[in-house]
Amino acid sequence: MSPALAALGGIDPWIAAFSLVTVAVTVGMGFWSAGKSKSAGDFFVAGRSVSVGWNASAISGEYLSAASFMGVAGMVMAVGYDALWYPVCYACGYLFLLLFIAGPLRRFGAYTIPDFAEGRYDSPLFRKIAVCFVLFIGFFYTMPQMKGAGTTLAYIFPGLPYWAGVVVVGAVITLNVSLGGMKGITLVQAFQYWLKMFAIAVPVFVLAAVVGHYHEHLGANRTAREAGRAVPAEVARGGLPAKAPADEQWIAPFGRLTTKAVDAAIAAAPTAEAKAALEADKRPYSLLYTYSLIIALVCGTAGLPHILVRFYTNPDGVAAKRTTMWVMILIGVFYLFTPVYGVLGRSLAPHLYEGLGAKGTDKVVLELPTLLAGKDLTLLGSVLSGITCAGAFAAFMSTFSGLLVSMTGALAHDVYGRILRPESTPEQRLRAFKWCAVLIGAVSILLGMQVEALEINFMVGQAFAIAAASYFPLLFLSVWWRGMTMPGAAAGMLGGGLSALAAITLTSVSDVAAAGARKLPAAELAAYWADRPVAKALADLWASHPLARILCEQPAIWAVPLAISLMWLVSRATAARVPADIRMKMLVLHAPEALGLKQEYIMEHEGAVHCFDGRARRPPKPGQPNLFRF
Amino acid sequence: MKDDPLHSEAFLARLMREQLRLSIACALAFVVALVALPLLNYLAPDLMARRIGGFTLSWLILGVLFFPYVWLLSWIFIRRSLALEAAEAAAAKEASGR
Repeated sequence: MSPALAALGGIDPWIAAFSLVTVAVTVGMGFWSAGKSKSAGDFFVAGRSVSVGWNASAISGEYLSAASFMGVAGMVMAVGYDALWYPVCYACGYLFLLLFIAGPLRRFGAYTIPDFAEGRYDSPLFRKIAVCFVLFIGFFYTMPQMKGAGTTLAYIFPGLPYWAGVVVVGAVITLNVSLGGMKGITLVQAFQYWLKMFAIAVPVFVLAAVVGHYHEHLGANRTAREAGRAVPAEVARGGLPAKAPADEQWIAPFGRLTTKAVDAAIAAAPTAEAKAALEADKRPYSLLYTYSLIIALVCGTAGLPHILVRFYTNPDGVAAKRTTMWVMILIGVFYLFTPVYGVLGRSLAPHLYEGLGAKGTDKVVLELPTLLAGKDLTLLGSVLSGITCAGAFAAFMSTFSGLLVSMTGALAHDVYGRILRPESTPEQRLRAFKWCAVLIGAVSILLGMQVEALEINFMVGQAFAIAAASYFPLLFLSVWWRGMTMPGAAAGMLGGGLSALAAITLTSVSDVAAAGARKLPAAELAAYWADRPVAKALADLWASHPLARILCEQPAIWAVPLAISLMWLVSRATAARVPADIRMKMLVLHAPEALGLKQEYIMEHEGAVHCFDGRARRPPKPGQPNLFRF
Repeated sequence: MKDDPLHSEAFLARLMREQLRLSIACALAFVVALVALPLLNYLAPDLMARRIGGFTLSWLILGVLFFPYVWLLSWIFIRRSLALEAAEAAAAKEASGR
């Protein structure tokens, strides 16, 4: 304990206390729920009996990751208006999920997305493809959460190494998931949503009362037409460092975020004419970038597997729809607050522009409350920053636990229970779930320790773009188009997802190489790539064709249509492979539950692997063949 | 069993068409807003930079008003969609004489 105590030396006791309480409550709830989760159904889908209120809180708690809690505010502060698209689309992407996917998916009665993939196309092969994709997207989304845990802990407890945060958070959550499964995690995540909401909202109100309101601070930024306007008297603004964007760029659309590629090309252009020509392209390209970003975020939200798996915990399709609406409200209210930190931070903590990533604008949420100390409110400032730190803890813990449950479910249910050992008993599968949780938790910790050098935004963006170009078209067309076949679905999912991945990888290779030239943290990786001719060739390509760079950095605008067209073309070419009972499948997806069609579907398919329903409300009658395997 | 009206092609087609029509109508209202806001920012920057109580018009729409707009859409969708389901269930039960 003594090295830990030594590390605690320079720390505000309030911050330490709030952080420890959050961890203690999380572990405590894990043990408490362990006594309540008994069956495999509890572990995989929380017994399919989670009420709308609990489930909406849990989904929101899972969705609001470290990137949301700290990253959105940091990004608004760093680039201004354009960053607002992130919170808006993160929250509003659920509308597509609600309109097209949530109800039918729940009615189908599968346990996991791979279950749905196999059930809809009668193809065990497609289950295997879908499992690989769940794990793949899951790990990509896990790495930034781990990095968030490591850097935040190192910020809260100076002196603690990066890996310590990764190990602590990874171990706590792995313990929780293997103790209580989906049911335990539902409880913890619901609690963590309200903690995050409290942690983001309370400091905003206190800060606004002390240092000035949202609109006053926003009003302090002059637009291009207001060059001579005086700053409102209530706002005491610090001087902006040279690295900060100018007012008129920051507050207006099409700022730094969207013009980055063209700006770099202008800097590299040899002649004045070339520079002028690129200057003329700047605004149209910015518009294109904005649309592509919107598509990636909206469609990506509707296709994240660890969010989708939560809809299976609803009792029925009606509850799934109601849950989605409440999720949009809970997440939307949260995202109303996050940009406030970015706006206040620009006026009050401009020194953060000097730092990079976790040492710069990303920590504005944690840093702002400490400014109250300068207003003779030291105690209040400490308490508030303790609260925001607790919120940050809750953020990466809840998202990682959701990811761990969905990946463990995929491994234990799909790989072990369906592919490796289809004849295993429920008890064996329950044990498999616990072991898989430990295995995936360990792999996540190891991966998390490797990614300190990579950028959180790059990794999260990758996960969203891949989900947008693979799962969203798959689910949308599977639910609404009966002509879709397995080869079509697989071709579109893989074609769209992998080409989006390839495009983003290209941009990251040249980014990492360029970072090496500026001697940034990613030293080894950068040194490796900086020497490769491919990095040089890419840099030349971006400089001469900034449009190519934009399309690779934000691939959704072409990757989503590509996936949909592949699905359509290949399905048409293989039309003979449309499942024979497609009408029945469509009825199950779309008919209201009141008609009881799901029961019939189960009877007709007696013994088929994908037909089961462990609903708590309608247990199988004694004497009926045991179709409800879990 | 395949002959009863519940399993007929006509019933499924109507079921999907009505739900999809509702979904697409709501999606269009959402997509129009998503397409229009960047376009307005692009074509009418001066209008969008007008101040409304400290906010620029564009910031007010995206950072604040967008959320209640989407909540309203989802509320309308859920009400209509559940009403549609209830009507379908009632009609189907009547038709099959259950």
